[in-house]
Amino acid sequence: MAESQVNVSERADGKPLLSIRHLHKEFDGKVILKDFSLDVKKGEVIVIIGPSGCGKSTLLRCTNALEDIQGGEILIEGQPIRKDAKNASQMRQKIGMVFQSYDLFPHKSIMENILLAPLKVQKRKREEAGKEALELLDRVGLADRKDDYPRQLSGGQKQRIAIVRALIMHPEILLLDEITAALDPEMVHEVLEVVLGLARSGSTMLIVTHEMAFAKAIANRVIFMEKGEVVEESSDPKAFFERPETERGREFLRSFEY
Amino acid sequence: MDFGAIHEYLPLYRDALFLTMRIGWQGILLAFVIGLAATIILHFRIPVLRQLTSFYIELFRNTPLLVQLFFIYFALPKVGLRITPALCGMVGLGLLGGAYMAETFRSGLENVPLIQSESAASLGMSRMQAFRYVVLPQAVSSSIPGLVANVIFLLKETSVFSTVSLMDLMFTAKDLIGMYAKTVECLFLLVVFYLIMLLPVSILGSIVERRMRRAEFGS
Repeated sequence: MAESQVNVSERADGKPLLSIRHLHKEFDGKVILKDFSLDVKKGEVIVIIGPSGCGKSTLLRCTNALEDIQGGEILIEGQPIRKDAKNASQMRQKIGMVFQSYDLFPHKSIMENILLAPLKVQKRKREEAGKEALELLDRVGLADRKDDYPRQLSGGQKQRIAIVRALIMHPEILLLDEITAALDPEMVHEVLEVVLGLARSGSTMLIVTHEMAFAKAIANRVIFMEKGEVVEESSDPKAFFERPETERGREFLRSFEY
Repeated sequence: MDFGAIHEYLPLYRDALFLTMRIGWQGILLAFVIGLAATIILHFRIPVLRQLTSFYIELFRNTPLLVQLFFIYFALPKVGLRITPALCGMVGLGLLGGAYMAETFRSGLENVPLIQSESAASLGMSRMQAFRYVVLPQAVSSSIPGLVANVIFLLKETSVFSTVSLMDLMFTAKDLIGMYAKTVECLFLLVVFYLIMLLPVSILGSIVERRMRRAEFGS
């Protein structure tokens, strides 16, 4: 996958699309994120890596206002997003999120899963949204499964549907939370190919993953975090993965070698 | 067994069956409405109403229907609220059933993983939309066995209607036994008529359950 290196940094137009400023998050007194700041520009693909429990998933959940925060702020296009704010659902429409466990709606067919939000939230016409759904399904190679139910699909297929379900809302930014962590190894590739395609077409993404080869191939910027803080940040992913500057970075990457 | 007597009593039992079913189903319908309202109040943690609802549920789940009916029928008139036996039966059954339905819906809601509402929220759905389109349908389908059990339980509970002088199946049987002493025939008819009322519900219930769950779990 390393040869399909994507370089999209020149597409970034300068002003941050997502701005996380001095974010502080704790659960029952336990600090998860400490004074965390991050700017994401349009078109950037940022990969966050780090040991489990370092706060990377929580960071994505805070960004999508699924968690309340105890300090700092998160801005999307300059507007704050907060779980307890009245406009939380409008703000979330600007963000697409895909979870580790796909979380399709089991009582709805694939097509209904994809169309539910466009029809009910965006009030789009079924005909128009349905057409786009089919195009997107075609892009991920699953157009023939539109009338199936989630239980009839493999994990990799479900995850591709979850990506389509997020994409049809035309989010400004996609948050991918360890989307291949629950998949069998042979299904990881088909999902990552889809994400790589999105990166090529200019999607802005914030990705949490344990797939280091994938991270290296897709990232414009890599952030290595531990215990709720940024340990090392690099806008040269190749250099980072070959030779991290921090001792902790080196140790972490070594843990992936056999 | 005196088949002549059975034949003679049939129309009386039939009328009693109709009356029992009418008030029973009205009460069950009311129970659904109350149960759903209570569930929504508890689910969305609406202040004040939530505490009242919890109190209501515990009160009605932990007192016998007989006592509840007596209270509605004999105690309420003392404060000027007089109601007919039919209304009393319906309201009593509805209040008792509402408490049970609320508990069943609640356990159904608890069966829906939190991440389902989160993934609905991440698609921009409001809490109400996520509840209506994502959580509730799954909760209802996993509540079906419990709901069917509640319906059967409530239909059986109608047998205490006779205490507020409703001419239901139980009343009719007791009345006929008292008058003609054909105990075996009257009790036989009573069993048969309760089965007529309840068996279709059980059968229909399991069919509905199978259909509702097919999408989710396969046939």
